[in-house]
Amino acid sequence: MNAQAPASRDTRLNRPEPFTPPLGDGGFFRRDRSIHPPAHAPGYKSSVLRSPRQSLLSLENSVSEITGPVFGHNDLGPLDNDLIRNYAKDGDPVGERIIVHGRVLDETGRGVPNTLVEFWQANAGGRYRHKKDTYLAPIDPNFGGCGRALTDDTGYYYFRTVKPGPYPWRNYVNSWRPAHIHFSVFGSGFAQRLITQMYFEGDPLIPICPILTTIPDKDALDRLVAPLDLNASTPFDSLAYRFDIVLRGQRSTYFENRTAGN
Amino acid sequence: MPQPLNYLKETASQTAGPYVHIGLIPAMAGFDIFEKNFSNVLVTPDTQGDRITLEGKVLDGTGSPLRDVLLEIWQANAAGRYNHPADRSAGALDQDFRGWGRAGSDFDSGLVTFETIKPGAITDKSGRKCAPHVNVWIVARGINIGLNTRLYFSDEEAANAADPVLNLIEQQVRRKTLIATRSERAGKVVYSFTINLQGPDETVFFDV
Repeated sequence: MNAQAPASRDTRLNRPEPFTPPLGDGGFFRRDRSIHPPAHAPGYKSSVLRSPRQSLLSLENSVSEITGPVFGHNDLGPLDNDLIRNYAKDGDPVGERIIVHGRVLDETGRGVPNTLVEFWQANAGGRYRHKKDTYLAPIDPNFGGCGRALTDDTGYYYFRTVKPGPYPWRNYVNSWRPAHIHFSVFGSGFAQRLITQMYFEGDPLIPICPILTTIPDKDALDRLVAPLDLNASTPFDSLAYRFDIVLRGQRSTYFENRTAGN
Repeated sequence: MPQPLNYLKETASQTAGPYVHIGLIPAMAGFDIFEKNFSNVLVTPDTQGDRITLEGKVLDGTGSPLRDVLLEIWQANAAGRYNHPADRSAGALDQDFRGWGRAGSDFDSGLVTFETIKPGAITDKSGRKCAPHVNVWIVARGINIGLNTRLYFSDEEAANAADPVLNLIEQQVRRKTLIATRSERAGKVVYSFTINLQGPDETVFFDV
């Protein structure tokens, strides 16, 4: 027998494991709810009856929260990130052609690789291809209004579409949504799951939107507004907007498994 | 001034809105666009485990079902293992089970269903067994940030009684809001649940 105790078992100090790096347990950073809209936001009337009133129960992240579904290129089709072509029947959809691109990052600034990003929107007239949408603006026969992409190794994603129009909705009698694109993002763990909306720089409806103004933090609201990115535009073809999305940071498990948290 | 930490801030959540189906379940919006679609069926014929149906509704503060809600579930396989590299527990992976699905409620009844398998008990980091459960995420018009809850199984009384998360719920009476009730219908096992967004029976939601 080797008389020397293994390094991981210093029985004198009753310390069975070596001191591990900080940020090493794989859980996510606590969500800062002060930058998110509260569940109950009376100015957005639909939230009143659909908002929990009890405190959320804080849950230390377990394997159920730090894991989440894994997607791959097999889940997607070749036209999924091209909304100009993925529903075209006899021509291109009507509207301003735009490219939307950006990175999915986490709060540490690292790109989130190979994660699924889904997006949906109204057409250029502000009408959704949805059987429950009855707005008088016409359906565009060549526009579906949805797509998806997988981020690359650096967290980068991009897609092509037409700029959505604003539209009226029933909140106050004369409420209008600013032009926006809905985003759904996964991240590496189910606790990072996020749905949000991207808005366009300069839209005068932004400061008076009852949904946008549920966000209590001015900077957080500004981060939902995509700037025009002329450098990424295609001359004589499409303007471009840049939209980065930040998911919760992770107390990385990189010493044991790089894929889990980087 | 000390050194800045330079963490980024999470992007703010926004409601999924009434037309969430366009992006996430286009067939429900009324059209066909993608070659491959995600659905509420988590199983293939080759998936291992006992087939179950999860069936339920999400109710608003008046007790009325939400008819435009979208649920996603994330669960371990029959051996209690999540199909993700961060789960390093001993149970075998099942290549025919991703463990994730999404469903929109029926536009008339508000009913939400999933076809899946009953997950095995999960082993947490300290080696404790956790009762079998399904993680649930809820979005809809009027829900400003996705709601996280769990479903446990009514026929797992002993495991539920020892589950570390259920035992975190101070008021015993609230624990039952997370228990789906087992029944059999035409030879199929169905677990029924009700998620109450408000009211005396408000479901326990988690800040995960």
